[in-house]
Amino acid sequence: MSDVLTAPRSRRTVEFFLLLLALAVAVCANYLAGIGREEALGDYFWSQAITLSAMSLLIHLILRFRAKYADPVILPIVVALNGIGLAMIHRLDLSAAQINPDFTPVAPQQVLWTAVAIGAAAVLLILLRDHRILRRFTYISLIVSAILLLLPLTPLGLEINGARIWISVGFGTFQPGEIAKITLAVFFAGYLSTNRDLILLAGKKIGPLQLPRFRDLAPMGAAWLVSIGVLIFQRDLGSSILFFGLFMVMIYIATSRVSWVLIGLAMIAVGVFVALELFSHVALRFDSWINAFAPEVYDRAPGGSAQVVQGLFGLANGGLMGTGLGAGRPDLVTYSNSDMIIAALGEELGLIGVVAIVMLYVLLVSRGIRAALGTKDGFGKLLACGLSFTIALQCFVVIGGITRLIPLTGLTTPFMSAGGSSLLANWLIVALILLISETARRPAPTTPMKDSFLEPLGVNGKPVKKKSTKEVSR
Amino acid sequence: MSEAGELTVTLLRFGFLILLWVLVLSTVGALRRDLVVGRRNKVGTPTAREIRKNPNLVEEPAPVRTPVRRLVVTEGPLTGTSVELAASPILLGRAQEATLVLEDDYASGRHARLFPQGSRWFIEDLGSTNGTYLAGAQLTRALPVEPGVPVRIGKTVIELRP
Repeated sequence: MSDVLTAPRSRRTVEFFLLLLALAVAVCANYLAGIGREEALGDYFWSQAITLSAMSLLIHLILRFRAKYADPVILPIVVALNGIGLAMIHRLDLSAAQINPDFTPVAPQQVLWTAVAIGAAAVLLILLRDHRILRRFTYISLIVSAILLLLPLTPLGLEINGARIWISVGFGTFQPGEIAKITLAVFFAGYLSTNRDLILLAGKKIGPLQLPRFRDLAPMGAAWLVSIGVLIFQRDLGSSILFFGLFMVMIYIATSRVSWVLIGLAMIAVGVFVALELFSHVALRFDSWINAFAPEVYDRAPGGSAQVVQGLFGLANGGLMGTGLGAGRPDLVTYSNSDMIIAALGEELGLIGVVAIVMLYVLLVSRGIRAALGTKDGFGKLLACGLSFTIALQCFVVIGGITRLIPLTGLTTPFMSAGGSSLLANWLIVALILLISETARRPAPTTPMKDSFLEPLGVNGKPVKKKSTKEVSR
Repeated sequence: MSEAGELTVTLLRFGFLILLWVLVLSTVGALRRDLVVGRRNKVGTPTAREIRKNPNLVEEPAPVRTPVRRLVVTEGPLTGTSVELAASPILLGRAQEATLVLEDDYASGRHARLFPQGSRWFIEDLGSTNGTYLAGAQLTRALPVEPGVPVRIGKTVIELRP
């Protein structure tokens, strides 16, 4: 796939038109959400429309100048998802304000976070011209991830709803774990691209499986300990699944060994069993998943299934076409603007709308993996796959939890849920995937073999005569 | 709300669903070129007009390649050492785990890897301190190594031989 012979085209114009379409979706969603409840074109409508358009056009311009060959569809998809999320959060604010006039709306803060997140992505695109620079920070990013994951356990940390994954910063709360998933992906990509041959070649072969050496298992053990540590000390099942899943996928991509996946699944099974035995909150989650409709489970005060079941009722109310934006009652579901936003969208846009949103996620992830296929360095391949996979896994865990396919865990829906840290982390991921897709699609500056026989070039680009090259070429 | 107003709102709501799908489908449309693995493969060979516009579409006839069997150190402390190449990748560097352990102060622990792909061997730098040079040019990505072309790692120079 990577050697497809087509003339290179930057396709920035395609991106521009898709971006206009995406902005139209975002602005229409916001208009419909406010219709009949407030003056149609109020302050919030303009702040959302202007922030989203200005910031996304800024990214588009940066891409035109700095990363001309980046993938053209990633930016429009992400802008559309972000815009739909903002509209739904605003719509839920309006419902909450009708019941409780003192309610502080969430949406203006989310618009601010959107501006910050897109701004951060723009800075990353400008400062980091080439993702391969990140490889130098392999071990530093391991240390940074450790610090980020430990921060909530320090006195800075906050416990909200039983999970200790937030820290308080001056103006609000922040989830360091969201940033940690990027730094962990950088570490895994750097470590595995350097050590992959060792991991591949060493080890005993038993039957069809080649087992890894014990010492090569050490990083896997570390990833397992991190996930279990997050589960025990921060009581957050979602992040723990995300970190371990990320590592398993990256090691599978690096080595293409099934034995690693089997060992990983065995370790997960052990972890889940231990967690079920030791921690009541995990056991309650499982119970409220399997027996969701039992009245005593529904009414149980902590760890009941009311949230999931209300979400399912909402989805059922929406049906195929949905009640229409602003016409349903998604506000009845607790946390309908963050964890359960897909249930809210499912009620108001119906199956047709939710499938369109899922399609946007599928396209986004597939473009990330396409960038990984196209880029030529091992580090970039692993990083792009790992980062796209975190988006895919988050969607699976959230949408699977809401539709009761798997137990509900508190993970954010990328780009849509209310919450600044998740938005920031996901926009940074998008910036990285855009950079990797640029190296994947950019035409090679020289045809490699013809030029490598030429006169050797010095550091400053001028030919230098080296004793060594003379001797070799004789 | 009046009858007419309600009708407009309902129409707008259906219109939004349509707009959402227009976005999805036009995104897929923009990717069409990617899905049909390149025009060249469909048509066979590019037309004269396409070549005139994009000269790099013409592929030169593949040179007859002699299979590479050995890796020889031509310069540096290990001069004369040779390693048989099998089908597995080779790690070059000072680390004990390396396939060819370089006793070279200017090489990194895990300096570079040589790996086979198709009928060729490629060299990729593993983020070394002093860099890897293929025929005098520093590597920035994995490049194919032809037999007889010097690869410099620190003070060591290696070559592939048939």
